[in-house]
Amino acid sequence: MSTEGTSGNQGDILLEMRGLRIEGQAEEAWQEIVKGVDLTLHRGEILGLIGESGAGKSTIGLAAMAFARPGCRITGGSIVFDGIDLLAASERTRRELRGVRIAYVAQSAAAAFNPAHRLIEQFVETPVEHGIKTQTEAEADAKDFYKRLLLPDPDNIGYRYPHQVSGGQLQRAMTAMAMACQPDLIIFDEPTTALDVTTQIEVLTTIRDIVKQFDTAAIYITHDLAVVAQMADRIMVLRYGEQVEEADTRTMMASPTADYTKTLWAVRTFRKTERSERDAEPLVAVDHVTAAYGNVPVLHDVSFEIYRGRTLAVVGESGSGKSTAARVITGLLPPREGRVLFGDQELPGDYRQRTKSQLRHAQMIYQMADTAINPRQRIRDIIGRPLQFYLGIRGRELDHRIRALLEMIEMDASEFIERFPSELSGGQKQRICIARALAAEPEFIICDEVTSALDQVVAEEILKLLDRLQQELNLGYMFITHDLATVRAIADDVVVMLQGKVVEYGPKDEIFTPPHHEYTELLLSSVPEMDPDWLDSVLKKREEEGLMESVSES
Amino acid sequence: MSEPGHAAGPQTADAAPPPPRQRGWRVAWRELKRAPWTAKLGLLVVLGYVFIALFAPMLTPYGEAEVVGRQYQPWDDQHLLGTDNLGRDMLTRLLYGARNTIGIAFLTTCLAFLIGGTAGILAALLGGWMDQLLSRLVDILMAIPQLIFALLLLTIFGTSIPVLIVIIAVLDSTRVFRLARAVGANVAVMDFVEAARLRGEGLWWLVTHEILPNVTAPLVAEFGLRFCFVFLTIAALSFLGLGIQPPTADWGSMVRDNATLISYGDITPLLPAAAIALLTLGVNFVVDWFLHKTSGLRDEH
Repeated sequence: MSTEGTSGNQGDILLEMRGLRIEGQAEEAWQEIVKGVDLTLHRGEILGLIGESGAGKSTIGLAAMAFARPGCRITGGSIVFDGIDLLAASERTRRELRGVRIAYVAQSAAAAFNPAHRLIEQFVETPVEHGIKTQTEAEADAKDFYKRLLLPDPDNIGYRYPHQVSGGQLQRAMTAMAMACQPDLIIFDEPTTALDVTTQIEVLTTIRDIVKQFDTAAIYITHDLAVVAQMADRIMVLRYGEQVEEADTRTMMASPTADYTKTLWAVRTFRKTERSERDAEPLVAVDHVTAAYGNVPVLHDVSFEIYRGRTLAVVGESGSGKSTAARVITGLLPPREGRVLFGDQELPGDYRQRTKSQLRHAQMIYQMADTAINPRQRIRDIIGRPLQFYLGIRGRELDHRIRALLEMIEMDASEFIERFPSELSGGQKQRICIARALAAEPEFIICDEVTSALDQVVAEEILKLLDRLQQELNLGYMFITHDLATVRAIADDVVVMLQGKVVEYGPKDEIFTPPHHEYTELLLSSVPEMDPDWLDSVLKKREEEGLMESVSES
Repeated sequence: MSEPGHAAGPQTADAAPPPPRQRGWRVAWRELKRAPWTAKLGLLVVLGYVFIALFAPMLTPYGEAEVVGRQYQPWDDQHLLGTDNLGRDMLTRLLYGARNTIGIAFLTTCLAFLIGGTAGILAALLGGWMDQLLSRLVDILMAIPQLIFALLLLTIFGTSIPVLIVIIAVLDSTRVFRLARAVGANVAVMDFVEAARLRGEGLWWLVTHEILPNVTAPLVAEFGLRFCFVFLTIAALSFLGLGIQPPTADWGSMVRDNATLISYGDITPLLPAAAIALLTLGVNFVVDWFLHKTSGLRDEH
């Protein structure tokens, strides 16, 4: 239970920030990015910091260790950790604290581990370096923590290199590392954001358990409300470096007071309107496709159809073959067996053998809008090129069409047409990608995780835009995602994939109504809900059904 | 802004976009004013050399190969830097030398970039056997020490200026190839290149519109460095007698021709060498600044 255990030691303050101000350097000028935040953390308490990107969550998290990223500086306020004024303390004192009494768990464990050293070597480093434990003690400790964090084969897993364990395991190994010196405070910076839902749930569970076991205080930074509801005792909402509101988890979830918090709480409510029935003939049919990268098979006998005016959501964890299916349809990966049909004609397996019109009708929108548009081209050229290339439009007509497209994606043409991508925000870039796909006047569009790199509020706008465009232009979408909330919002039909095979395929309502296939059930039940008791109830249910074993295996 | 370095995390929110950008020349001028003094000095030196190279005939009353007096005359009013081993005006030779050496080096570097840059980007883009073929060929060429290889080829093909240019360009293009291939490969795997391929764009478009604009910065920086190396190679070859042939003035051969004077404590023969050193320094200052500006070497966040 997340809200218990705080009342007893209310007076025992571990960390206190008063009027914290941090500036960041942008374009050679200093801008305030944290504007006077107060934060109080008691021993053994978990505080959730929530907000969109740019809200200053991570910056505040790092400031708890009196650390500022390069290009940032702490300019005002006070940070007192267990009676020590961190801003007045010497760099040496701070270094003594970091890793020993305050630990940090980064979002991407893969990037935070040194790939050249074994896990256990990295675990042992801090306690031995600080002279707290001997090598043997620390190693025994590591194995103990690996066991507590439910890592498989705890006695030996430490001797593996970071690339030899899965993402979820690595994130738990990182948590174990943070626990190495049994710190008073751990800062978790989006520890599960990069993980699949089924992996996320096990990491969340173990993190929560270990923090409770050792009565460690924690600052839990995330943009996912449902996650923070499971983890935190108290929640603080941040926006533009300012505190919006703060309350204990239940109060916050039940009755947020600030308007901004309410809008945050209201996302994930978007549902598209019901679409017309399927046409008799599918627009695109993937017919018994088997595909492999070299000798590694990735798709096994996969079949599904995409219909005009409808959205097919392809769901699955990373490595399930979702994106590979898209690569087969676009012709980047010719299938070993089976075929891809467009209308009644079979598409050549290799995109280089397809006709211009076949290429035109299958457009793609990517996950990372940053890398999907050429940073050295102006918006005019990015959107204009498909018009020129496929439709042969030139001169004034071209300019006219580009402006019409920008209008369509709700961007002001005169303001944006001459800009470079670097002068746009993440959401705007994704809109440009959509406009580029639309410029080709396609029949269907493949959307590969198009919202997963965006904040929830922005993601919702993109989904609404895509939905509106589908209604207006009668487009067929293939929507690849690992986020089931997105599937609920926009799908008409759903394909559930696991290890390169189609597990379940059918209309959305059918898939989302029980009885489910076992894997679909696991997937569905792993999506965090806003209810603070959700995690406990799921765990309880799984224990009863014996599903937990399959979770730990993955 | 406040959350850099999150590779997989949520990207920037819909914050206020930056103000519209100014036009090219004004930006360049503003950047120049903000440049460090070394870069300004370097630019001044380079421009000075270009000026001398362009207007050499107007800056001196004598002809390039004209014998104007006795050999090894000391510095005086008539011949500011004295005369050389054949009685030609030293200053005149120095000015014309700028024209020849820089002109040839520039041409050679351009050719090297045309060959190496194109091949490198193609190798990055096409991959597979084409990449293997080109890369192995370059490996073979690079396995032989450059100066010795150049000497060998020059003895075989003769020492005319066109041959000199082609040989040095081909040998230097191997270095350009490596760089172009490396930076090109980084861009070639980006989604926007895949999007362009899926659009059905041809090879020419991919090279000129998708890859090239994204690799200009490192290539331009490399151009400056390459230029220096080519320049030094030519000077070295001339010093050895296989570079630019007399009576054409050239700094490398000028050092050699007048080397005897050094024994008498006269610094005149070192002036062409100093001219080479100064230009190399100037170009490097400019290149350093340019690299700094474009590669984000400053602690950018």
